[in-house]
Amino acid sequence: MNDALLVAAGFILLTVGAGLVRVLRGPGDFDRMMAVQLLGAGGVASLLLIASATTVAGVEDVALGLALLAAFASIAFVNSAEADGAEPLEGEDG
Amino acid sequence: MSILQVLDLGLAILVLAIAGWTIAARELFASVVGYVAYGLLLSIVWIRLHAPDVALTEAAIGSGVTGVLLVTTGARLRGAGGVETAAPPRLSQRLMAGALAVLVAAALAAVVLLLPEPAPTLAPEAREGLAATGLGNPVTAVLIAYRSFDTMLEKVVLVLAVVGVWSLAPDRCWAGAPAPLGRARPEGALLFLDQALVPLGILVGVHLFWVGADEPGGAFQAGAILAAMWMIVMISRLTEPPRVGARWLRLALIAGPAVFLATGLAGGGMAGGFFAYPAGFAKPIILFIEAFLVLSIAVTLPMLVAGPPRRSPQS
Amino acid sequence: MSLALDLFSLVAIGAGAFFFFAGTVGLLRFPDSLTRLHALTKADNLGLGLIVLGLLPRAGSLLDALRLIAIWVLVQLSGAATAQLIGRALSPRRAAE
Repeated sequence: MNDALLVAAGFILLTVGAGLVRVLRGPGDFDRMMAVQLLGAGGVASLLLIASATTVAGVEDVALGLALLAAFASIAFVNSAEADGAEPLEGEDG
Repeated sequence: MSILQVLDLGLAILVLAIAGWTIAARELFASVVGYVAYGLLLSIVWIRLHAPDVALTEAAIGSGVTGVLLVTTGARLRGAGGVETAAPPRLSQRLMAGALAVLVAAALAAVVLLLPEPAPTLAPEAREGLAATGLGNPVTAVLIAYRSFDTMLEKVVLVLAVVGVWSLAPDRCWAGAPAPLGRARPEGALLFLDQALVPLGILVGVHLFWVGADEPGGAFQAGAILAAMWMIVMISRLTEPPRVGARWLRLALIAGPAVFLATGLAGGGMAGGFFAYPAGFAKPIILFIEAFLVLSIAVTLPMLVAGPPRRSPQS
Repeated sequence: MSLALDLFSLVAIGAGAFFFFAGTVGLLRFPDSLTRLHALTKADNLGLGLIVLGLLPRAGSLLDALRLIAIWVLVQLSGAATAQLIGRALSPRRAAE
Protein backbone atom coordinates (compact mmCIF):
# COMPACT_ATOMS: atom_id res chain seq x y z
CA MET A 1 0.00 0.00 0.00
CA ASN A 2 2.78 2.41 0.96
CA ASP A 3 4.54 1.67 -2.31
CA ALA A 4 1.38 2.54 -4.20
CA LEU A 5 1.19 5.88 -2.37
CA LEU A 6 4.82 6.64 -3.22
CA VAL A 7 4.27 5.74 -6.87
CA ALA A 8 1.29 8.12 -6.92
CA ALA A 9 3.39 10.86 -5.26
CA GLY A 10 6.19 10.38 -7.78
CA PHE A 11 3.77 10.32 -10.68
CA ILE A 12 2.08 13.57 -9.62
CA LEU A 13 5.40 15.28 -8.96
CA LEU A 14 6.73 14.19 -12.33
CA THR A 15 3.54 15.29 -14.06
CA VAL A 16 3.37 18.78 -12.58
CA GLY A 17 7.14 18.99 -13.03
CA ALA A 18 6.60 18.37 -16.73
CA GLY A 19 4.02 21.15 -16.57
CA LEU A 20 6.90 23.47 -15.77
CA VAL A 21 7.73 23.35 -19.47
CA ARG A 22 5.06 26.06 -19.55
CA VAL A 23 7.45 28.19 -17.51
CA LEU A 24 10.04 27.72 -20.25
CA ARG A 25 7.73 28.32 -23.16
CA GLY A 26 5.47 31.00 -21.73
CA PRO A 27 4.47 32.77 -23.90
CA GLY A 28 2.90 35.13 -21.36
CA ASP A 29 3.88 35.60 -17.74
CA PHE A 30 0.41 34.45 -16.70
CA ASP A 31 1.00 31.07 -18.36
CA ARG A 32 4.20 30.75 -16.37
CA MET A 33 2.39 31.62 -13.18
CA MET A 34 -0.23 28.96 -13.86
CA ALA A 35 2.44 26.27 -14.12
CA VAL A 36 3.72 27.29 -10.70
CA GLN A 37 0.17 27.22 -9.34
CA LEU A 38 -0.19 23.65 -10.60
CA LEU A 39 3.17 22.77 -9.08
CA GLY A 40 1.95 24.13 -5.75
CA ALA A 41 -1.20 21.99 -5.74
CA GLY A 42 0.71 18.94 -6.97
CA GLY A 43 3.44 19.56 -4.40
CA VAL A 44 0.86 19.62 -1.60
CA ALA A 45 -0.71 16.40 -2.95
CA SER A 46 2.60 14.54 -3.14
CA LEU A 47 3.65 15.81 0.29
CA LEU A 48 0.46 14.38 1.77
CA LEU A 49 1.05 11.07 -0.01
CA ILE A 50 4.68 10.92 1.15
CA ALA A 51 3.59 11.83 4.68
CA SER A 52 1.13 8.96 4.69
CA ALA A 53 3.67 6.46 3.36
CA THR A 54 6.71 7.42 5.44
CA THR A 55 7.10 8.54 9.02
CA VAL A 56 8.45 12.07 9.19
CA ALA A 57 6.79 14.16 11.89
CA GLY A 58 5.16 17.42 10.94
CA VAL A 59 4.85 16.90 7.18
CA GLU A 60 1.15 17.71 7.34
CA ASP A 61 1.99 21.09 8.81
CA VAL A 62 4.38 21.77 5.94
CA ALA A 63 1.57 20.89 3.54
CA LEU A 64 -0.70 23.22 5.49
CA GLY A 65 1.80 26.05 5.12
CA LEU A 66 2.27 25.38 1.42
CA ALA A 67 -1.49 25.22 0.88
CA LEU A 68 -1.93 28.52 2.69
CA LEU A 69 0.73 30.34 0.69
CA ALA A 70 0.55 28.52 -2.66
CA ALA A 71 -1.30 31.38 -4.31
CA PHE A 72 0.66 34.27 -2.85
CA ALA A 73 3.14 34.77 -5.63
CA SER A 74 0.33 34.63 -8.19
CA ILE A 75 -1.67 37.24 -6.30
CA ALA A 76 1.31 39.58 -6.00
CA PHE A 77 2.03 38.97 -9.66
CA VAL A 78 -1.46 39.72 -10.95
CA ASN A 79 -1.52 42.74 -8.70
CA SER A 80 1.78 44.15 -9.93
CA ALA A 81 1.08 43.33 -13.58
CA GLU A 82 -1.95 45.61 -13.42
CA ALA A 83 -0.48 48.22 -11.11
CA ASP A 84 1.80 49.17 -14.00
CA GLY A 85 -1.23 50.54 -15.75
CA ALA A 86 -0.37 48.69 -18.96
CA GLU A 87 -3.85 47.30 -19.31
CA PRO A 88 -6.19 49.02 -16.88
CA LEU A 89 -9.46 47.27 -16.19
CA GLU A 90 -12.78 48.85 -16.96
CA GLY A 91 -13.70 51.61 -14.59
CA GLU A 92 -10.17 51.75 -13.33
CA ASP A 93 -8.98 55.24 -12.60
CA GLY A 94 -5.39 54.33 -12.03
CA MET B 1 16.49 0.88 -6.74
CA SER B 2 13.52 1.32 -4.44
CA ILE B 3 10.57 3.53 -5.30
CA LEU B 4 11.67 6.13 -2.77
CA GLN B 5 15.09 6.40 -4.43
CA VAL B 6 13.51 6.87 -7.85
CA LEU B 7 11.31 9.59 -6.35
CA ASP B 8 14.34 11.32 -4.83
CA LEU B 9 16.29 11.12 -8.07
CA GLY B 10 13.39 12.60 -10.03
CA LEU B 11 13.05 15.37 -7.47
CA ALA B 12 16.76 16.19 -7.67
CA ILE B 13 16.66 16.36 -11.48
CA LEU B 14 13.62 18.64 -11.34
CA VAL B 15 15.31 20.99 -8.86
CA LEU B 16 18.48 21.18 -10.97
CA ALA B 17 16.49 21.80 -14.15
CA ILE B 18 14.43 24.62 -12.67
CA ALA B 19 17.53 26.14 -11.04
CA GLY B 20 19.29 26.12 -14.39
CA TRP B 21 16.32 27.72 -16.07
CA THR B 22 16.10 30.43 -13.39
CA ILE B 23 19.68 31.44 -14.13
CA ALA B 24 19.32 31.19 -17.91
CA ALA B 25 16.00 33.07 -18.18
CA ARG B 26 16.28 36.32 -20.09
CA GLU B 27 13.22 38.07 -18.73
CA LEU B 28 13.02 39.27 -15.15
CA PHE B 29 9.55 37.88 -14.44
CA ALA B 30 10.28 34.54 -16.05
CA SER B 31 13.18 34.01 -13.73
CA VAL B 32 11.19 35.19 -10.69
CA VAL B 33 8.53 32.59 -11.52
CA GLY B 34 11.25 29.97 -11.88
CA TYR B 35 12.62 30.94 -8.48
CA VAL B 36 9.23 30.56 -6.80
CA ALA B 37 8.86 27.09 -8.35
CA TYR B 38 12.37 26.27 -7.17
CA GLY B 39 11.43 27.20 -3.58
CA LEU B 40 8.35 24.98 -3.73
CA LEU B 41 10.39 22.00 -4.87
CA LEU B 42 13.06 22.72 -2.30
CA SER B 43 10.61 22.43 0.58
CA ILE B 44 9.71 18.94 -0.67
CA VAL B 45 13.43 18.15 -0.82
CA TRP B 46 13.81 19.21 2.83
CA ILE B 47 11.00 16.82 3.78
CA ARG B 48 12.84 14.00 2.01
CA LEU B 49 15.95 14.96 4.01
CA HIS B 50 13.84 14.58 7.18
CA ALA B 51 14.12 18.27 8.06
CA PRO B 52 10.49 19.40 8.43
CA ASP B 53 11.47 22.57 10.32
CA VAL B 54 13.55 23.76 7.38
CA ALA B 55 10.85 22.66 4.95
CA LEU B 56 8.34 24.78 6.84
CA THR B 57 10.65 27.80 6.76
CA GLU B 58 11.25 27.33 3.04
CA ALA B 59 7.51 27.04 2.41
CA ALA B 60 6.69 30.13 4.47
CA ILE B 61 9.56 32.32 3.27
CA GLY B 62 9.87 30.95 -0.27
CA SER B 63 6.24 31.13 -1.32
CA GLY B 64 4.92 33.70 1.11
CA VAL B 65 7.54 36.41 1.39
CA THR B 66 10.28 36.01 -1.24
CA GLY B 67 7.79 35.59 -4.09
CA VAL B 68 5.96 38.78 -3.17
CA LEU B 69 9.24 40.62 -2.54
CA LEU B 70 10.73 39.67 -5.92
CA VAL B 71 7.54 40.33 -7.86
CA THR B 72 7.04 43.72 -6.21
CA THR B 73 10.68 44.67 -6.74
CA GLY B 74 10.48 43.58 -10.38
CA ALA B 75 7.39 45.68 -10.96
CA ARG B 76 8.98 48.74 -9.34
CA LEU B 77 12.20 48.28 -11.32
CA ARG B 78 10.19 48.03 -14.50
CA GLY B 79 8.24 51.13 -13.49
CA ALA B 80 11.50 52.99 -12.95
CA GLY B 81 12.94 51.69 -16.23
CA GLY B 82 15.87 50.33 -14.25
CA VAL B 83 16.12 46.92 -15.89
CA GLU B 84 16.22 48.02 -19.49
CA THR B 85 18.55 51.00 -19.16
CA ALA B 86 21.30 49.14 -17.29
CA ALA B 87 24.08 48.05 -19.67
CA PRO B 88 24.47 44.25 -19.86
CA PRO B 89 27.64 43.00 -18.16
CA ARG B 90 30.66 42.43 -20.43
CA LEU B 91 31.70 38.91 -21.39
CA SER B 92 34.77 39.05 -19.12
CA GLN B 93 32.60 40.06 -16.17
CA ARG B 94 30.19 37.22 -16.84
CA LEU B 95 33.03 34.71 -17.17
CA MET B 96 34.49 35.86 -13.88
CA ALA B 97 31.13 35.69 -12.10
CA GLY B 98 30.62 32.20 -13.54
CA ALA B 99 34.08 31.06 -12.43
CA LEU B 100 33.46 32.40 -8.93
CA ALA B 101 30.12 30.58 -8.73
CA VAL B 102 31.71 27.32 -9.89
CA LEU B 103 34.48 27.76 -7.30
CA VAL B 104 31.99 28.27 -4.44
CA ALA B 105 29.86 25.32 -5.59
CA ALA B 106 32.94 23.10 -5.92
CA ALA B 107 34.17 24.07 -2.45
CA LEU B 108 30.77 23.31 -0.92
CA ALA B 109 30.57 19.99 -2.77
CA ALA B 110 34.09 19.09 -1.63
CA VAL B 111 33.24 19.83 2.00
CA VAL B 112 30.12 17.67 1.86
CA LEU B 113 31.74 14.81 -0.08
CA LEU B 114 34.88 14.71 2.07
CA LEU B 115 32.98 14.33 5.35
CA PRO B 116 34.17 11.28 7.30
CA GLU B 117 31.80 8.33 7.56
CA PRO B 118 29.74 8.57 9.75
CA ALA B 119 29.55 12.36 9.56
CA PRO B 120 30.35 14.19 12.81
CA THR B 121 27.16 15.25 14.56
CA LEU B 122 26.02 17.01 17.69
CA ALA B 123 22.50 15.59 17.36
CA PRO B 124 22.77 13.12 20.29
CA GLU B 125 24.00 15.92 22.58
CA ALA B 126 21.18 18.19 21.39
CA ARG B 127 18.66 15.48 22.20
CA GLU B 128 20.22 14.75 25.58
CA GLY B 129 19.90 18.35 26.74
CA LEU B 130 16.22 18.55 25.79
CA ALA B 131 15.00 17.54 29.25
CA ALA B 132 16.63 20.61 30.83
CA THR B 133 14.76 22.95 28.47
CA GLY B 134 11.36 21.29 28.87
CA LEU B 135 10.98 21.36 25.08
CA GLY B 136 10.23 18.44 22.74
CA ASN B 137 11.60 19.89 19.49
CA PRO B 138 15.41 19.80 19.40
CA VAL B 139 15.50 22.44 16.65
CA THR B 140 13.71 24.97 18.83
CA ALA B 141 16.03 24.02 21.71
CA VAL B 142 19.07 24.73 19.54
CA LEU B 143 17.67 28.05 18.35
CA ILE B 144 16.36 29.53 21.60
CA ALA B 145 18.38 27.70 24.26
CA TYR B 146 21.73 26.23 23.12
CA ARG B 147 22.75 29.03 20.79
CA SER B 148 20.31 31.71 21.82
CA PHE B 149 22.86 34.51 21.42
CA ASP B 150 23.21 33.71 17.69
CA THR B 151 19.46 33.68 17.24
CA MET B 152 19.15 37.01 19.01
CA LEU B 153 21.78 38.53 16.70
CA GLU B 154 19.92 37.16 13.66
CA LYS B 155 16.84 39.08 14.74
CA VAL B 156 18.97 42.21 15.18
CA VAL B 157 20.16 41.71 11.59
CA LEU B 158 16.51 41.77 10.44
CA VAL B 159 16.00 45.10 12.22
CA LEU B 160 19.19 46.45 10.62
CA ALA B 161 17.86 45.38 7.22
CA VAL B 162 14.72 47.45 7.80
CA VAL B 163 16.87 50.42 8.86
CA GLY B 164 18.87 49.95 5.64
CA VAL B 165 15.73 49.95 3.51
CA TRP B 166 14.33 52.99 5.28
CA SER B 167 17.57 54.90 4.85
CA LEU B 168 16.86 54.98 1.09
CA ALA B 169 13.98 57.38 1.73
CA PRO B 170 14.17 60.91 0.30
CA ASP B 171 14.51 63.49 3.09
CA ARG B 172 11.04 64.97 2.73
CA CYS B 173 9.45 61.50 3.05
CA TRP B 174 11.28 60.54 6.22
CA ALA B 175 8.90 59.10 8.83
CA GLY B 176 6.22 58.87 6.14
CA ALA B 177 4.56 55.76 4.78
CA PRO B 178 5.94 53.42 2.07
CA ALA B 179 4.15 53.25 -1.27
CA PRO B 180 0.96 51.14 -1.23
CA LEU B 181 1.46 47.52 -2.25
CA GLY B 182 -1.72 47.16 -4.24
CA ARG B 183 -3.77 48.69 -7.00
CA ALA B 184 -6.07 51.63 -6.48
CA ARG B 185 -9.26 49.60 -6.33
CA PRO B 186 -9.25 46.04 -4.98
CA GLU B 187 -11.09 43.23 -6.70
CA GLY B 188 -13.85 41.14 -5.22
CA ALA B 189 -11.78 37.97 -5.41
CA LEU B 190 -9.04 39.56 -3.31
CA LEU B 191 -11.52 40.80 -0.71
CA PHE B 192 -12.92 37.27 -0.57
CA LEU B 193 -9.43 35.95 0.14
CA ASP B 194 -9.04 38.50 2.93
CA GLN B 195 -12.23 37.35 4.56
CA ALA B 196 -11.72 33.61 4.10
CA LEU B 197 -8.00 32.94 3.96
CA VAL B 198 -6.53 35.51 6.35
CA PRO B 199 -8.38 34.37 9.51
CA LEU B 200 -7.39 30.77 8.75
CA GLY B 201 -3.83 31.90 8.09
CA ILE B 202 -3.60 33.69 11.43
CA LEU B 203 -4.85 30.51 13.08
CA VAL B 204 -2.19 28.45 11.27
CA GLY B 205 0.49 30.95 12.32
CA VAL B 206 -0.49 30.76 16.00
CA HIS B 207 -0.70 26.96 15.70
CA LEU B 208 2.85 26.75 14.32
CA PHE B 209 4.16 29.00 17.10
CA TRP B 210 2.47 26.85 19.76
CA VAL B 211 3.44 23.40 18.42
CA GLY B 212 6.97 24.67 17.71
CA ALA B 213 8.00 23.82 21.27
CA ASP B 214 7.42 20.11 20.75
CA GLU B 215 7.00 19.49 17.02
CA PRO B 216 8.26 21.09 13.79
CA GLY B 217 7.34 24.75 13.73
CA GLY B 218 8.48 27.75 15.71
CA ALA B 219 8.75 31.50 15.93
CA PHE B 220 10.24 32.19 12.50
CA GLN B 221 7.80 30.05 10.54
CA ALA B 222 4.85 31.44 12.50
CA GLY B 223 6.07 35.01 12.04
CA ALA B 224 6.57 34.52 8.30
CA ILE B 225 3.03 33.20 7.87
CA LEU B 226 1.55 36.08 9.86
CA ALA B 227 3.68 38.45 7.77
CA ALA B 228 2.21 36.95 4.59
CA MET B 229 -1.28 37.50 5.97
CA TRP B 230 -0.58 41.16 6.69
CA MET B 231 0.86 41.57 3.19
CA ILE B 232 -2.20 40.16 1.48
CA VAL B 233 -4.39 42.61 3.38
CA MET B 234 -2.10 45.42 2.24
CA ILE B 235 -2.13 44.16 -1.37
CA SER B 236 -5.91 44.31 -1.40
CA ARG B 237 -5.71 47.83 0.04
CA LEU B 238 -7.87 47.11 3.08
CA THR B 239 -5.01 48.60 5.03
CA GLU B 240 -2.02 50.71 3.99
CA PRO B 241 1.62 50.29 4.98
CA PRO B 242 2.02 52.25 8.24
CA ARG B 243 4.09 55.41 8.60
CA VAL B 244 7.62 54.35 9.47
CA GLY B 245 7.65 57.02 12.18
CA ALA B 246 4.75 55.40 14.06
CA ARG B 247 5.73 54.52 17.60
CA TRP B 248 3.80 51.21 17.70
CA LEU B 249 5.60 50.07 14.55
CA ARG B 250 9.04 50.81 15.95
CA LEU B 251 8.19 49.13 19.25
CA ALA B 252 6.90 46.05 17.40
CA LEU B 253 10.05 45.91 15.25
CA ILE B 254 12.43 45.81 18.20
CA ALA B 255 10.18 43.93 20.68
CA GLY B 256 11.58 40.51 19.78
CA PRO B 257 15.33 41.20 19.99
CA ALA B 258 14.83 43.59 22.95
CA VAL B 259 12.90 41.07 25.05
CA PHE B 260 15.38 38.37 24.01
CA LEU B 261 18.36 40.49 25.08
CA ALA B 262 16.70 41.61 28.33
CA THR B 263 15.95 37.99 29.24
CA GLY B 264 19.53 37.06 28.45
CA LEU B 265 20.85 39.84 30.68
CA ALA B 266 18.43 38.87 33.46
CA GLY B 267 19.81 35.34 33.18
CA GLY B 268 23.19 36.80 34.03
CA GLY B 269 21.85 38.04 37.36
CA MET B 270 19.39 35.32 38.27
CA ALA B 271 20.60 32.07 36.75
CA GLY B 272 24.33 32.58 36.90
CA GLY B 273 25.18 33.18 33.27
CA PHE B 274 24.46 35.40 30.26
CA PHE B 275 21.50 33.77 28.48
CA ALA B 276 21.16 31.09 31.15
CA TYR B 277 17.56 30.16 32.00
CA PRO B 278 16.68 29.26 35.62
CA ALA B 279 16.09 25.52 36.07
CA GLY B 280 12.45 24.52 35.81
CA PHE B 281 11.39 27.77 34.14
CA ALA B 282 13.16 27.30 30.82
CA LYS B 283 10.09 26.42 28.77
CA PRO B 284 7.82 29.30 29.88
CA ILE B 285 10.69 31.75 29.36
CA ILE B 286 11.41 30.35 25.91
CA LEU B 287 7.75 30.64 24.90
CA PHE B 288 7.67 34.20 26.29
CA ILE B 289 10.67 35.19 24.16
CA GLU B 290 9.26 33.43 21.12
CA ALA B 291 5.94 35.25 21.38
CA PHE B 292 7.73 38.59 20.97
CA LEU B 293 9.94 37.18 18.22
CA VAL B 294 6.81 36.16 16.28
CA LEU B 295 5.48 39.72 16.59
CA SER B 296 8.74 41.30 15.41
CA ILE B 297 9.17 38.92 12.46
CA ALA B 298 5.55 39.38 11.40
CA VAL B 299 6.12 43.15 11.29
CA THR B 300 9.67 43.18 9.91
CA LEU B 301 9.16 41.08 6.78
CA PRO B 302 6.25 43.14 5.35
CA MET B 303 8.17 46.36 6.04
CA LEU B 304 11.10 44.96 4.05
CA VAL B 305 8.74 44.20 1.17
CA ALA B 306 6.97 47.57 1.37
CA GLY B 307 10.27 49.37 0.85
CA PRO B 308 11.42 52.86 1.84
CA PRO B 309 8.98 55.66 2.75
CA ARG B 310 7.54 57.31 -0.35
CA ARG B 311 5.04 59.74 1.12
CA SER B 312 5.71 62.76 3.26
CA PRO B 313 4.50 62.29 6.84
CA GLN B 314 1.97 65.12 6.57
CA SER B 315 -0.01 63.69 3.65
CA MET C 1 -13.21 -4.02 5.84
CA SER C 2 -9.65 -2.76 5.70
CA LEU C 3 -9.26 -4.29 2.27
CA ALA C 4 -12.32 -2.38 1.08
CA LEU C 5 -10.94 0.85 2.60
CA ASP C 6 -7.55 0.28 0.95
CA LEU C 7 -9.26 -0.29 -2.35
CA PHE C 8 -11.26 2.91 -1.87
CA SER C 9 -8.03 4.82 -1.12
CA LEU C 10 -6.30 3.41 -4.18
CA VAL C 11 -9.19 4.25 -6.49
CA ALA C 12 -9.55 7.80 -5.15
CA ILE C 13 -5.79 8.48 -5.25
CA GLY C 14 -5.54 7.01 -8.74
CA ALA C 15 -8.37 9.26 -9.89
CA GLY C 16 -6.70 12.25 -8.25
CA ALA C 17 -3.40 11.49 -9.97
CA PHE C 18 -5.29 11.22 -13.26
CA PHE C 19 -6.75 14.70 -12.78
CA PHE C 20 -3.28 16.12 -12.18
CA PHE C 21 -2.15 14.39 -15.35
CA ALA C 22 -5.11 15.73 -17.32
CA GLY C 23 -4.56 19.21 -15.92
CA THR C 24 -0.91 19.18 -16.96
CA VAL C 25 -1.74 17.94 -20.43
CA GLY C 26 -4.30 20.72 -20.69
CA LEU C 27 -1.81 23.31 -19.45
CA LEU C 28 0.71 22.17 -22.06
CA ARG C 29 -1.56 21.51 -25.01
CA PHE C 30 -4.46 23.98 -24.83
CA PRO C 31 -4.17 26.81 -27.32
CA ASP C 32 -4.60 29.95 -25.19
CA SER C 33 -4.26 31.22 -21.65
CA LEU C 34 -7.93 31.13 -20.62
CA THR C 35 -8.40 27.50 -21.67
CA ARG C 36 -5.19 26.62 -19.86
CA LEU C 37 -6.59 28.31 -16.76
CA HIS C 38 -9.65 26.08 -17.12
CA ALA C 39 -7.44 22.98 -17.16
CA LEU C 40 -5.44 24.18 -14.18
CA THR C 41 -8.43 24.77 -11.91
CA LYS C 42 -9.79 21.26 -12.52
CA ALA C 43 -6.43 19.78 -11.58
CA ASP C 44 -5.94 21.54 -8.29
CA ASN C 45 -9.55 21.26 -7.11
CA LEU C 46 -10.47 17.72 -8.14
CA GLY C 47 -6.97 16.26 -8.16
CA LEU C 48 -6.08 17.36 -4.65
CA GLY C 49 -9.65 16.75 -3.44
CA LEU C 50 -9.60 13.12 -4.56
CA ILE C 51 -6.15 12.55 -3.07
CA VAL C 52 -7.33 13.97 0.27
CA LEU C 53 -10.45 11.80 0.05
CA GLY C 54 -8.28 8.76 -0.55
CA LEU C 55 -6.02 9.58 2.38
CA LEU C 56 -8.86 10.22 4.84
CA PRO C 57 -9.35 6.53 5.80
CA ARG C 58 -5.62 6.37 6.60
CA ALA C 59 -5.66 9.39 8.92
CA GLY C 60 -4.54 8.50 12.43
CA SER C 61 -7.08 10.58 14.30
CA LEU C 62 -10.05 12.83 13.77
CA LEU C 63 -7.78 15.85 14.14
CA ASP C 64 -5.47 14.59 11.38
CA ALA C 65 -8.48 14.03 9.14
CA LEU C 66 -9.70 17.58 9.83
CA ARG C 67 -6.25 18.93 8.99
CA LEU C 68 -6.31 17.07 5.66
CA ILE C 69 -9.67 18.61 4.86
CA ALA C 70 -8.43 22.04 5.95
CA ILE C 71 -5.50 21.74 3.53
CA TRP C 72 -7.88 20.98 0.68
CA VAL C 73 -10.19 23.86 1.66
CA LEU C 74 -7.22 26.26 1.75
CA VAL C 75 -6.08 25.24 -1.73
CA GLN C 76 -9.68 25.55 -2.92
CA LEU C 77 -10.04 29.06 -1.53
CA SER C 78 -6.79 30.44 -2.85
CA GLY C 79 -7.02 28.51 -6.13
CA ALA C 80 -10.50 29.80 -6.87
CA ALA C 81 -9.62 33.38 -6.02
CA THR C 82 -6.38 33.30 -8.03
CA ALA C 83 -8.12 31.79 -11.03
CA GLN C 84 -10.64 34.62 -10.87
CA LEU C 85 -7.86 37.22 -10.64
CA ILE C 86 -5.86 35.71 -13.50
CA GLY C 87 -8.99 35.32 -15.62
CA ARG C 88 -9.98 38.95 -15.16
CA ALA C 89 -6.44 40.11 -15.82
CA LEU C 90 -6.39 38.12 -19.05
CA SER C 91 -9.74 39.18 -20.46
CA PRO C 92 -8.93 42.76 -21.58
CA ARG C 93 -5.70 41.49 -23.07
CA ARG C 94 -7.63 38.97 -25.13
CA ALA C 95 -10.06 41.58 -26.36
CA ALA C 96 -7.17 43.74 -27.52
CA GLU C 97 -5.61 41.01 -29.64
